[in-house]
Amino acid sequence: MKDHKYITLERIIKNGFVNFGRNIWLAIAAMAMMAITLTILLFAIVANTTFNHTISDITSHIDVSVYLKDNITDTQRTNLIKEVRGLDNVKSVSYISKDQALKQYIQQNVNNPDLLAAISQTDNPLPASLSIKPNDPNHLQDIKDFLDKPAIQALQSDPTSYSGDRKAAIDKITSATHFFQQAGIVGIIVFIIISMLIIFNTIRMAIFNRRDELVIMRLLGASTSFIRGPFIVETMLYGAVAAVISLVVVWTLFRIASSTLQASSLGLLDIGYSSRYFSDHLFSILTIQILVGILIGAASSGIATRRYLRLNRQ
Amino acid sequence: MILLDRVSKTYNRRGPALERISLHVEPKEFVIIVGPSGAGKSTLFKLLTREEKPTSGKIIVGGIDYEHLKDRDVPLLRRKIGVVFQDFKLLNNKTVYENVAFALEIAGISNSEIKHTVPKVLDVVGLKGKESNYPQELSGGERQRVAIARAIIRQPKILIADEPTGNLDPKHAWDVIKVLEKVNKFGTTVLLTTHNQEIVNALKRRVVTIKGGHIVSDRAVGQYKG
Repeated sequence: MKDHKYITLERIIKNGFVNFGRNIWLAIAAMAMMAITLTILLFAIVANTTFNHTISDITSHIDVSVYLKDNITDTQRTNLIKEVRGLDNVKSVSYISKDQALKQYIQQNVNNPDLLAAISQTDNPLPASLSIKPNDPNHLQDIKDFLDKPAIQALQSDPTSYSGDRKAAIDKITSATHFFQQAGIVGIIVFIIISMLIIFNTIRMAIFNRRDELVIMRLLGASTSFIRGPFIVETMLYGAVAAVISLVVVWTLFRIASSTLQASSLGLLDIGYSSRYFSDHLFSILTIQILVGILIGAASSGIATRRYLRLNRQ
Repeated sequence: MILLDRVSKTYNRRGPALERISLHVEPKEFVIIVGPSGAGKSTLFKLLTREEKPTSGKIIVGGIDYEHLKDRDVPLLRRKIGVVFQDFKLLNNKTVYENVAFALEIAGISNSEIKHTVPKVLDVVGLKGKESNYPQELSGGERQRVAIARAIIRQPKILIADEPTGNLDPKHAWDVIKVLEKVNKFGTTVLLTTHNQEIVNALKRRVVTIKGGHIVSDRAVGQYKG
């Protein structure tokens, strides 16, 4: 019995490969279709990753500045930094002294002699400050609440930067990025569903073309697995080949793009990053692509052959 | 070998295709079934291969009672009956050799046995040298002989041939009939439907006439008039 099963399996695989070769035009058409859809999907995924990278890049620039009074002591300052570091949502705290603030100001305004003149005439008017980077810019309110405590407020020369117009701007950016991240995920899911439908339909058409074969095999008394098996093997091959093709296409496009658009970024999409991400994950992308191709191929032909495998017309 | 007891088959829209048909075929018999188109011959064959289930009545073939036949055992039943169709039903992307070998492959017969048996059977039906041709490259008569080779290679006890000569010219038709007679001589029960008056009269075998879903005559050595 075991022997019999082994022979059957061997024949199923062999027939799958032979059919692939003999129906090469049908195979090419189906594989081209699958390769195109997988390519679009791959692009969508890489674009989404790049977009997320850009978003995290933007949000990493969001920070809260605390301006300190000139007359606070070193211990007060050290204690304040320690307390801020202890907050949940705080990623890092950096101290900018009055001198550093002045240097930065001068650097930023090199081309503006009027502003520089105004500064040099007075004693350094810039306050020392703490720059607080949050883990999650969506929850700045916790930090703000802490800084608004009267004891802490007493150490500050100006209101924190997370207030007024600036607060509105930060909140707008964070809610926008949140929206875009979700839109990206929804987009990918929609793409996956559309690709599956296209691939499924392509394979269904290919099998519809050969439905006579299925019906004849049925009449001759072939078992379901013996009829369906070679078709599944064949469509798994389609999937694997299509996955490799789409990967080669995308890889080539990125090579061309990164050599012509060197280090450039197109608005929100940083091609350099996409290209790096793609080549860093080449192997895992290839594996996933092939697995997805094989799986969709097998599932599609499994479902598509079903209606021609009925034993009788009742 | 074949027993039909008051078998009826009714399709939904039309009237009954077969009505209370009773037929008994002995082992090794050669029975010709005749009748005009639409008389119910094809329905009868579909019932025998279990493509259709009867609306009522009992069918027993080679000791298998169809009433108790489970769906998953239908392939096993079909492997025991050799079937030949008017339109050949060959697998077009397989060679002659592979088409015949297919019947053995599905039954899990070993490769060495397939290699040994297929050439012999192709020799019996006169297709030696055509092994690697595809069906499209053959004449109608040759294709039908491939189909017969495929049907008899498992040495079935029963061979059902539904209008096997319907698409053939007289010369090729006779080639096919001769093969069927040969198979019968080796001990296979043969059930043949045909429209061809000449063939019926020349064969001098039992003739069952079906008309309008009924058996209207059953003669040991029958005649058929168009």
